[in-house]
Amino acid sequence: MQAGAHPQVSGGDDLVAARRAHRMRQVRLYAHLLMRSPTSVVGMVIVGLFFLLAAFGPWLVPYPADGAGAVNMDRMLQAPSAAHWFGTDEMGNDIFTRVILGTRVSLQIGLVITLGAAVIGVPLGVLAGYVGGWVGGAIMRLTDLFLSMPGIILAVAIVAVLGPGILNAVIALTLVWWPGYVRLMQSKVLAIKTEPFIEAARALGASTPRILFRYLLPNCVSPLIVKASMDMGAAILGAAGLGFIGLGARAPTPEWGAMLSVARGYLPEWWWYAAFPGLAIYVSVLGFNLLGDGLRDILDPRSQSA
Amino acid sequence: MNQTSATARPASIEFGPTVYHVSRGSHGEAVEISDFDLWYGAKQALFSISMGVEAGLVTALIGPSGCGKSTLLRCLNRMNDLIDGLRIRGRISVAGQDLYAPAADVIAIRKQMGMVFQKPNPFPMTIFENVAYPLRVDGIRHRAMIAETVERSLRGAALWDEVKDRLHESALGLSGGQQQRLCIARAIAGTPEVLLMDEPCSALDPIATAKIEELIDELRGQFTIVIVTHNMQQAARVSDNVAFMYLGRLIEYGDTDTVFTAPKNERTQDYVTGRFG
Repeated sequence: MQAGAHPQVSGGDDLVAARRAHRMRQVRLYAHLLMRSPTSVVGMVIVGLFFLLAAFGPWLVPYPADGAGAVNMDRMLQAPSAAHWFGTDEMGNDIFTRVILGTRVSLQIGLVITLGAAVIGVPLGVLAGYVGGWVGGAIMRLTDLFLSMPGIILAVAIVAVLGPGILNAVIALTLVWWPGYVRLMQSKVLAIKTEPFIEAARALGASTPRILFRYLLPNCVSPLIVKASMDMGAAILGAAGLGFIGLGARAPTPEWGAMLSVARGYLPEWWWYAAFPGLAIYVSVLGFNLLGDGLRDILDPRSQSA
Repeated sequence: MNQTSATARPASIEFGPTVYHVSRGSHGEAVEISDFDLWYGAKQALFSISMGVEAGLVTALIGPSGCGKSTLLRCLNRMNDLIDGLRIRGRISVAGQDLYAPAADVIAIRKQMGMVFQKPNPFPMTIFENVAYPLRVDGIRHRAMIAETVERSLRGAALWDEVKDRLHESALGLSGGQQQRLCIARAIAGTPEVLLMDEPCSALDPIATAKIEELIDELRGQFTIVIVTHNMQQAARVSDNVAFMYLGRLIEYGDTDTVFTAPKNERTQDYVTGRFG
């Protein structure tokens, strides 16, 4: 062996630099693709705004005490004004304050449901796709069973058993939400597991956990992110729906669905009571959907329309 | 009323017993396949295959498409495990160890059996890392040892001189033929007992094919090689023994010269002379 010609094993600075350049190019490409799609920028701005409001809402709102349900009979059901941008409700609480504080409740619900569903659904989907056989069959039939019923109806049934409340609503929605992730992961894993690079790794004696975590999961991340983003909107809507029919959050918790449910009785004279929580639901769900669409275009080059 | 199993299956062609030309075991057998059956769901794909693969020699599996040669090859390192509805019966042993024993360690088996695929499939990593992969999987950290193995394997795969100055560039920048030789280097880096090659030249041009064939010739003796090929000339050029398969059965098996020049079975004769396939 010629010692002189022997390459350095470390890979050298060139490789590190090349990798960094690659990452920079990737970031630039994503930024470029994002900027080319105005709707996903709108989605990102909306979602970003809602996250900011959720994080800093309690310090921004004009009447923090109203979030917990104060009673101010002297200013009940006032129309929007400079003092109360969104008006006041039947207890004299500032609706602007309650809508802003509701952001945190709704985002928390959305995040927990989405994450919970992914935590249950992703491993089951990977198992069903990779192992197959009767295990996969059993998982997929169970998934079909859940998917064959409208989610919200099933959730209502589950909450009816558990009793109303935010926590139970979240549990119920998580329990009806995971099958979508099983479906997604199972089909992705089925498609990827016979790809040449997986075959090569298997033939070289890579262990199953290595194949799952190093090769399969990273290649399934993009559709997962897209689905999670879309699901955030749907989960917020679902939780608001349960709140609306009195099975989720209840007054005085500042939750949009629960606020709407009370406000319904004050339509149409006191329209602002229902309009603003409703608008909050609408805009947040729209934001997550636009973001999801945009992410799909960016993360999956094949789905791009010309 | 008394018709039982005869009607269950479509009438199968009668093949007669497998014709063996080799005095089996003359070189010692690296792989021993005995009475091996395989089903994909209800469809039987392999019918009581029995053959020994002689150690240190090149054995070619030939036969028309769908005859089961790739299936058989992929049983030798249990790459078929993930296929739904796969059932097997019989025994395959490598160095006396039963591959399909319940306690068999699949990962250890695959490490004994290097595999080269139809299409070159290097990882999207550097040339160096591709060849180092089997050692990384084993958790080996010793740098000098890794570098030495990488060089030895690349030299073994007749690729060293072409890539020694760009070991840390992406393997995807190599030509198809180079990529395939890289895959061979990667397969031999793990020092397997047996090299399995599944039509390794079918995606390559004639010059790259010639290089791979040269390489197979050089590796003869160091490894036991089992190669699936559609190319009769290639089988004749590189192999010591040839197994002719047809419709999931092993029809004729023996040393290459005999099978190609004096086949006993009519179907073998037709196939090797290019009358069908």
